[in-house]
Amino acid sequence: MHSDAFDRYHHGHSLIHHLDPRIKVVVTIAFIISNAFLPDGAWIAFALAWAFVLFANALSGLGIGFTFRRSFIALPFALAAITVLFSIPGEPVASFRFMMGDLTITDAGLLRFVSIVIRSWLSVQMAILLVAATEFPKIVHALNHLRIPTIITVIISFLYRYLFVLADEVLRLLRARQARSAAAAGKNPGGNVLWRARIAGHMAGQLFLRSYERSDRIYNAMLSRGYKGELMTIHPHHFHTSDLWIGALSILGLIIMQIVGRL
Amino acid sequence: MHYSPTPLHIPDGFLNLVVSLICWAITAITLSVAISRTNKSLGEKQVPLMGIMAAFIFAAQMINFPVAGGTSGHLLGGALAAIVLGPWAGMLVMTAVIAVQALLLQDGGLLVMGANILNMGLLTAAIGYGLYRSVLGSSRGTKLVVAGVAAWLSVMAGALATALQLWLSGTSTLQTVIIAMLGVHTFIGIGEALITVAALAFILRTRPDLLGEQSVSAQGGRGWVFAGIVISMIVVLLSPFASTNPDGLTRVAQDLGFIDSAQSRSGPLAGYSVPFFADASASKIAAGIIGALVVLTLAFVAGRSLQKKS
Repeated sequence: MHSDAFDRYHHGHSLIHHLDPRIKVVVTIAFIISNAFLPDGAWIAFALAWAFVLFANALSGLGIGFTFRRSFIALPFALAAITVLFSIPGEPVASFRFMMGDLTITDAGLLRFVSIVIRSWLSVQMAILLVAATEFPKIVHALNHLRIPTIITVIISFLYRYLFVLADEVLRLLRARQARSAAAAGKNPGGNVLWRARIAGHMAGQLFLRSYERSDRIYNAMLSRGYKGELMTIHPHHFHTSDLWIGALSILGLIIMQIVGRL
Repeated sequence: MHYSPTPLHIPDGFLNLVVSLICWAITAITLSVAISRTNKSLGEKQVPLMGIMAAFIFAAQMINFPVAGGTSGHLLGGALAAIVLGPWAGMLVMTAVIAVQALLLQDGGLLVMGANILNMGLLTAAIGYGLYRSVLGSSRGTKLVVAGVAAWLSVMAGALATALQLWLSGTSTLQTVIIAMLGVHTFIGIGEALITVAALAFILRTRPDLLGEQSVSAQGGRGWVFAGIVISMIVVLLSPFASTNPDGLTRVAQDLGFIDSAQSRSGPLAGYSVPFFADASASKIAAGIIGALVVLTLAFVAGRSLQKKS
């Protein structure tokens, strides 16, 4: 059994796949910052940003609707912004009764709410494309080149490597619990909530001890293979001039978006 | 998949640039201290250990238990990580977990990652370790109770910080977001507390050496007790003030001048009360929750001072 449900990489040989990971990370972050910078209601700029995402999708060979289909994961969080619909003063757009009070949606509130949701929706698509077209170890390697402290990138590398192993471990624990939780029809398996919480806690404790002892064995194995405190890679990054051009063009596109958004 | 995201992971777009960058600055400064401290005190052996522990927290977040009506309790892990690994290492571990969740699963944004690390990694570790360290010499029962309270408070602190950041960004109205966030996380926090206590009890029984007095106290100085208690007190005092008197907090923010700079692009926030939440009953529920919080803390502080005398 191998739990690879977390891996988001889609193998391919497109322009985006072969772009230098550093450029991809920088452009993704620049895109997200650019979205945060766009003023509320800059519809043309938002449309341009979406065109940017669609174009990147097309170049990646994953299909133009690739990120669109996966882009709704951040939407539940929009609930947090729902109050701006009513709280910003402006011309009333719609009004309805809710519980005991009248709620009035204002045009300014609607503008702000839609802008927040669009920004979030665009940003998440770019991040989805980044991990779909870049192997995760390469992203971590790129972060290392971008001056993220080594200790953090090393921890992230270990996390990624052993995530799959420990996720398998958790699945085994969960299956074992399931196997021992027989229940009569119509009744909840197991005791009351406290009892169930205690079992879950014991599982976490068990997992902790197994992980702790595993890390000892891993360290010994690494030492015997010449570990000196940092991870090596056999995939050094090669910077091509074309990579730089693509990066520069992308940044130029973002600057144009900003200008259009402020016209 | 069993992985279930918590409502504390803010996606990109919900915090404005100023608030995101301020949070990144706080997080970066704290993490650079954490890195220099861990580099000093830990050998190269600890690095793989922290990596595996990060994977452990990530995997442990998949363990859940059914509560009622299809909802389930599960672990956030910040307090647990800080108690078993020490505060600095705990922060680095949580940072890695949050970074991977954002990069790999888009659970939480990139520009707002500083805020997410601050809420779920730094505050939780400070409260978890600080409160736990304050009862280091006492009995097993006291330690577990305090660990439970610390785990609950750490979730509440994360929720409060998230609510404040959303408000400062002009994304939510203060009272609604505080009541909603603290209300939901009161229950999530109870799940966190129960799992943390049971996990610690299990570790204390099977490998007591890992949580021995010397190993825990070696990981952080007594200053952590102070930090943990101060942050807890802020949570306990700010929550009732903000949820019953949102205008007061807004005025304080305006007087200090940061609300204008934070919301400069979104225009002034006017009229913060939403009809059905300004309703007296909702405020009363919140006040009740917060009252329970104050009592718990007082009980804890009193218990601690009694312990010292005896």
